[in-house]
This record gives sequence, C-alpha cells and structure tokens, in this order.
Amino acid sequence: MTDTVQQQIEKLVNDQDIVLFMKGTPQFPQCGFSQRVAAILDSHHVSYASVNILLDPAVREGIKVYSDWPTIPQLYIKSEFVGGCDIIVEMDESNELAELLAPFKNSDS
Amino acid sequence: MKDRAQQIQNILEASFHPTHLNIEDESWKHAGHAGAKEQGGGHFCVDIASDHFAGKSRVECHREINKALEELFGPIIHALTIRVHAPKV
Repeated sequence: MTDTVQQQIEKLVNDQDIVLFMKGTPQFPQCGFSQRVAAILDSHHVSYASVNILLDPAVREGIKVYSDWPTIPQLYIKSEFVGGCDIIVEMDESNELAELLAPFKNSDS
Repeated sequence: MKDRAQQIQNILEASFHPTHLNIEDESWKHAGHAGAKEQGGGHFCVDIASDHFAGKSRVECHREINKALEELFGPIIHALTIRVHAPKV
C-alpha cells in the first residue's frame, strides 16, 4: 500500500520542475506557512505545481516519509527536496532561492 | 504553560550543546487557528547556533532538530520555526 503512495508521490515530484506540497492552494492557502512559501514562489514569477495534501490523507502522511521531513509545506525543485517554510524564507532572504529559480523564471516577467 | 519552552530547551541543549539558543513561544499569535486547538500543541520559534551544525546543509540541520524534538510533536509542539546558525567552514 505504502509503495503505491510513494510511487504516486515520486511521479508528482518528477512531473514538474517545481512542486509545492501545501495545505490548501496558492489561491486559498489553509496554513500560514504554506501561504508564505506560495507567496515567495509567486514573487519570483515562476510557474509551479501545487499539491493540496489536505485532499489526500495518504499523500499527507506519505510525503513525510518520502522526504524524511515531518512538516508541510515542502518544496521540490527538479525532483529534489529543497526545504520547508523556514529554509525557503532563509534562502529567499539570502538570494540563494533567486539563483535556484532563475532557470525557471517565466519569460514574460 | 511556560515550561513547554523549557522542555524544548532542555532537549536542544543536551543534543547540540548550542553556543546560542533562544526559544520563543509564539502560540498567542495563532490562538484562534484550528490546528492549534485540535492538537493542543503550541507554536514555537527556535533560534540556535552550534558547532554541531558545521558543514551540514540546512535540510540536514532541520532534520536533526526535528528528530531530537520528535516526542514533543503533537502534545507540546504544533508548529516549529527553526533558524540555524552554523559556523562557517
């Protein structure tokens, strides 16, 4: 059972360059930490896929196992786990995030 | 409950021998919000510096802190903000 969820998560993570697992959606976030990361990604004008873990209890638990990370939100870039809210905020402040996201910037911005 | 922060502090001191450690109980900021009520745990903010984190990535540092505090998640901690200061290597 767990294997299927892990495979499902792996597919989600690999499907897009930038994937954010969050509570709610970027338009209607259900948690301040998820909201913050979504707002940071928006401020960098990148497109990203978001997964609302509140809609799927199996993914909600499975993602924590997948990344060995206990909390949501979780950001993945090029299939790699980058961090949760605190790390993304720090990387944004230090401009590391801008570098990491540079290849994915929307061309019209 | 003031000693929730103390419990966090005790574990972090024993695990990482920090050169700097500050724990803020920010639960009051989130008093109305659903998750906090359901689980009873508070919102805390940890600011920690330790030689233990030298040369480790942010993700590694956070993982170690979360592991150390594992037993407090739920009843004591609902949400944890972590800021790690690692010595430059």
